[in-house]
Amino acid sequence: MTISEITQKIVEDFSALEEWMDKYNYLIEMGKELPLIDPALRNDNYLIRGCQSRVWINADLKDGKIFYTADSDAIITKGLAALMIRVFTGHTPEEIINADLSFIEKIGLKEHLSPTRSNGLASMIKQIKYFAMAWNLKNK
Amino acid sequence: MSEFPVGKIREDFPVLSREVYGKPLIYFDNGATTQKPVQVIEVINQFHREHNASIHRSVNFLSDTITASYEEARVTTQRFLNATKPSEIIFTSGATASINLVAFSFGETYIHPGDEVILSTLEHHSNIVPWQMMCERKGASIKVIPISDQGELDLEAFAQLFNKRTRIVAVTHVSNVLGTINPVEEIVKISHSNGVPVLIDGAQAIQHGPVDVQKIDCDFYAFSGHKVYGPTGTGVLYGKEKWLETLPPWQGGGDMIDRVTFEKTTYNELPLKFEAGTTNFIGIIGLAAALEYLKSISIKEIESYEKHIVTYASNALQQIDGLKLFGPTGHKAPVFSFILNQIHPYDTGVIIDKLGIAVRTGTHCAMPLMDRLGVDGTVRASLCFYNTTEEIDRLVEALDVVNTMLS
Repeated sequence: MTISEITQKIVEDFSALEEWMDKYNYLIEMGKELPLIDPALRNDNYLIRGCQSRVWINADLKDGKIFYTADSDAIITKGLAALMIRVFTGHTPEEIINADLSFIEKIGLKEHLSPTRSNGLASMIKQIKYFAMAWNLKNK
Repeated sequence: MSEFPVGKIREDFPVLSREVYGKPLIYFDNGATTQKPVQVIEVINQFHREHNASIHRSVNFLSDTITASYEEARVTTQRFLNATKPSEIIFTSGATASINLVAFSFGETYIHPGDEVILSTLEHHSNIVPWQMMCERKGASIKVIPISDQGELDLEAFAQLFNKRTRIVAVTHVSNVLGTINPVEEIVKISHSNGVPVLIDGAQAIQHGPVDVQKIDCDFYAFSGHKVYGPTGTGVLYGKEKWLETLPPWQGGGDMIDRVTFEKTTYNELPLKFEAGTTNFIGIIGLAAALEYLKSISIKEIESYEKHIVTYASNALQQIDGLKLFGPTGHKAPVFSFILNQIHPYDTGVIIDKLGIAVRTGTHCAMPLMDRLGVDGTVRASLCFYNTTEEIDRLVEALDVVNTMLS
C-alpha cells in the first residue's frame, strides 16, 4: 500500500469511532503493536527533544526502504508513535519526505500537533522525516 | 464556616461558564494562570476605550487622568501588601521580571567573587535561573535549602548554610508544585540574624491569603498579576526603601531617567528608577482592579474557603487506589501534585482534558524539585476560590476513567 492508501484506511478506521474515548482506546491498542526500538538504543541519542513524555525513534534502511522502530514511556504517545510508524514504515525516503499528513486533522487528533502539547507528535514527524532526508542524501 | 458565596463569585468569571469538548470546563490550572473577573476585564476595556494616553509624559487631560489611575494602582498595591510607602512598589511585567531585577541590581552592588546565595529545593526556575546567571557573572555560588520527604523546608539545615560570604536568600512563599506554605517570617528572622536580606517569591501565595510585607519583614517580595486574577504581563516587586535606594537600575530607557546627556545620565527617584520604558500601564490598572476585587470578597474569607477545599480535595484524592499525592496534606495551598497508578502524567492529563478538566502535567518549571522527589513529572491540579467541591468530585470520577482506560 502507498502512504496515501494507508492514511485513507486510517481515516476510514477512525471515522467508525465516534466517541473520543474509542479513538483513544484505538490509539492505546495500537501502541501495543508498536515495533519496539532495540532497548540498547533507548538512550539520549535516539531521544526526541521537547516532549513531555520520552520518545525514542530509530530508522533502518532495507532494500531502499525505511523501517522505523520506537518507544515511549507514555501510553498515548506510544500509540501516536505506532500510528505514525504504520504510515511511514516500509516506504522509500522520497515517499516519506513528500507524504501528505492532512489525515491527522481528519481523524481528530489535530490538537496533538499543537506546540503547547509537548507530546512530540510534531517532533516525532520531524524526526521521521529527518531520517528519510538523511537516507535520501546518502543515496544520491 | 459561614457560607462562602462561590456560586455568585463564579458568575464574575465569564470563562468559567464555557464548555470544552462539550463538557463544562473545570479549570484546575490556576497555578499556571488564573481567570479574570468582569471587574478586571471591564476596567481594561474602559481604559482602552476612554482614557488611553501615555503615563508620566504629556501635559494633556488624558495623560493626567491615566497617570493618576496608575499611581492609584500603586497605592492600592501598597495597601494590599501593607508596604510602608507607595514608592516601595515597583511595577514590572511579572514575578520573573521582578526577580531578575533584584538578581541583577543586587548582584551588581553587593555580590563579589566567592559570595553565596541561598535558594531552596522548592524553587520555580524563575527563582533559580536569574540567580545562576548573576552568580556566573560575579563568580558567586548557590547553596540550597533541603526539604523533607513531605516537601517542607529543613530550617535547621537552612540555618547551617549561612557563613560570612552569604549575601542574599531567595525563597518561595508557596511551592508551585506541592502547595507547601513556607514559614517565611521564620526564614526572614534566621536570615536577618545573620545580617542577610531575603527575597520572597510570592507568585503562588498572593492569591491564596493575606500578605503583610511588614509582618514578614522581607526585604523584597515579588508576584505576577496574571496569577492573582489580573492581566498577563503585569507584576510587582516590593522592596524596602533602604534597598531600592542603593540598588542601581536594571534596565535603562525612558521614565527611569532624571537627565540624560551623552556623557552621563542621572536616574529618576523611586519607584520610577526601576520602571524603564512604557510599562503595561493599563494592565497595571487592571491588576489594581483585581486586588480591589479580592479585597471586596475578603482575602481572609478566600483563605478560609480554600482551607475547606484543601481538606476536601486531600481526602478525596487520598481515597483513590494507587494515587500518590506529593507534598504536605494539612496546612497548604490548594495545589495537588500526584501520579495515578504509575500512569504517565501526560496520559492522565490528556484523558481528563477530554473530560473537560484542565490541569498541568510535567515538571512545572521545577526540575530540581522533580529530581528530589525522584519523578519525571506529576499531574498538578491547582485550585482557587472559584473552584467547588463538586468539581473535585468530577476530578475523582475522571481519574476513575483514566484508571479504566490505562491501567
